[in-house]
Amino acid sequence: MTTGADASPAHGGGASDLVLARIVRADAARITTALARSFGDLDLAEECVAGAIEHALREWRVRGVPDNPAGWIMTTARHDALDRVRRDARFRTKVALLADPTLAPVAGPADERLPLLFGCCHPALAPEAQLALALRAVLGLTTRQIARASGEPMPTVAQRISRAKRKISTSGIPLQVPPATELPARLDLVLAMVAVMYDAAHLRQDTDAAADRDLAEDAVWLAEVATGELPDQAEAHGLLALLRFHRAREPARARDGDLVTLDRQDRARWNGELIAEARASLDAAARLRRPGRWQLQAAIAACHADAASTAATDWPQILVLYDVLLAYDPSPVVRLNRAVTLGEVAGPRAALAELDRLESDLVASHRWHAVRGAFLRRDGQPAAAAAAEQRAAELTDNLAERRLLRARSAGSITPSDEG
Amino acid sequence: MKYVLMFTSTPELDATVPPERSEADLERILQWHRDHAAQILDGGAALHDAATATTVRAGDAAPVVVDGPFSEAKEVIGGFTLIDVADLDAAIAMAKTWPSLELPGNAVEIRPMFDDAELFGS
Repeated sequence: MTTGADASPAHGGGASDLVLARIVRADAARITTALARSFGDLDLAEECVAGAIEHALREWRVRGVPDNPAGWIMTTARHDALDRVRRDARFRTKVALLADPTLAPVAGPADERLPLLFGCCHPALAPEAQLALALRAVLGLTTRQIARASGEPMPTVAQRISRAKRKISTSGIPLQVPPATELPARLDLVLAMVAVMYDAAHLRQDTDAAADRDLAEDAVWLAEVATGELPDQAEAHGLLALLRFHRAREPARARDGDLVTLDRQDRARWNGELIAEARASLDAAARLRRPGRWQLQAAIAACHADAASTAATDWPQILVLYDVLLAYDPSPVVRLNRAVTLGEVAGPRAALAELDRLESDLVASHRWHAVRGAFLRRDGQPAAAAAAEQRAAELTDNLAERRLLRARSAGSITPSDEG
Repeated sequence: MKYVLMFTSTPELDATVPPERSEADLERILQWHRDHAAQILDGGAALHDAATATTVRAGDAAPVVVDGPFSEAKEVIGGFTLIDVADLDAAIAMAKTWPSLELPGNAVEIRPMFDDAELFGS
């Protein structure tokens, strides 16, 4: 996708690109899956759809969006695919079958996004490859947009995507929703990818105002697709609830480009409508009576949403929820969040003791140092606190976070909790 | 799609398995092949232990013959089977039922095979 600089002034780049990106998002996955099915080759399909999308974004800026944007992309991608196939001897026998232009542009009633999503999040692919491939194939992001979101060089991202596509084709990874017995475990991989996508956007949001694609919105949208297609899966509703709670807090997370932690946020700026939607999702999940880690995280977020301030927060209830969550997800990150809660319930000494036990797992994590610094300060150890916050600032690659940590290290902000 | 399932184990852990268990496992492995006969293209082979291996390696002037397996890795290949199934998920499902996976240090590597069109460009 080109930048706003070379866009027609009448269409003005940025804002209209966001609209175009939404149109692309709605149909990219269906078209990719339909082409992958008819050509028997995801690599080829994805390559051609990506090309058609880049072409579309350039063309539509100048000429406006066509009446049938999905059809436009499908036709362009399909012609490109046929051209490539004709040039490639391996596919020659297939061409006659594929040349039929009457083939429906968008396949049947079944939603094609979910099978593609499950294919992209297959356990045979490395997690970072799952994310990059999903952004590309399911959401139609360009390599440049993905590189910006992941903070990695474009060639690295391009190679990761092309390897992942090759593995899908060569190893025979199916593009399908797995059978019921495998579904919960496989869905968890999809949900984890969506959560990582949201986090990537969340962390960068304040430092990258020029982003031409809102990945946080994309992540919420994917969670909505998952709940729409798999309404019986409680964890899908749980993740949607969690993302909506976080999304609701976003208006209060930044002030003049600086990060504002949960304890200092102006809660009046939280989006009440989104909080209500989040609660509805959590209720939908609870009715299915299949608890899981995403629902528990959403329940914790709900406790924060219920409280008028940090002081008024029901920390003992949150601690109970973390203890249950540990049974589903004993990862160091969950234990770190539990330690923060423990500090609110039992004081900084208790939190620091728990943090010590996490040192070997999290010594490279800026958040471990930041949390430790906050509790050292509350425990009356300002010099040790400043050193920890300094280390945290060195370890984060996010500008707004670094500013916050440096300010704390210099003693100008006294935190009472990590957002 | 056609895959090769390569069965690997860790010799130092194999040595801790009591002989009667090894014999019972051999019977279960034969049964596994009977149970999956419809998906098995070629029963492949079970291999003698890695101490019996001889490797012929590329040398400066001519190939060099050396004692031992090709790799210094802790895991060794104990056998392989060729299968023909719908997709990787079917291959994974089949691999998960491999009897030796109940013991630590064992693994099944799944590798897709080239098909004739890929090799010969039909």
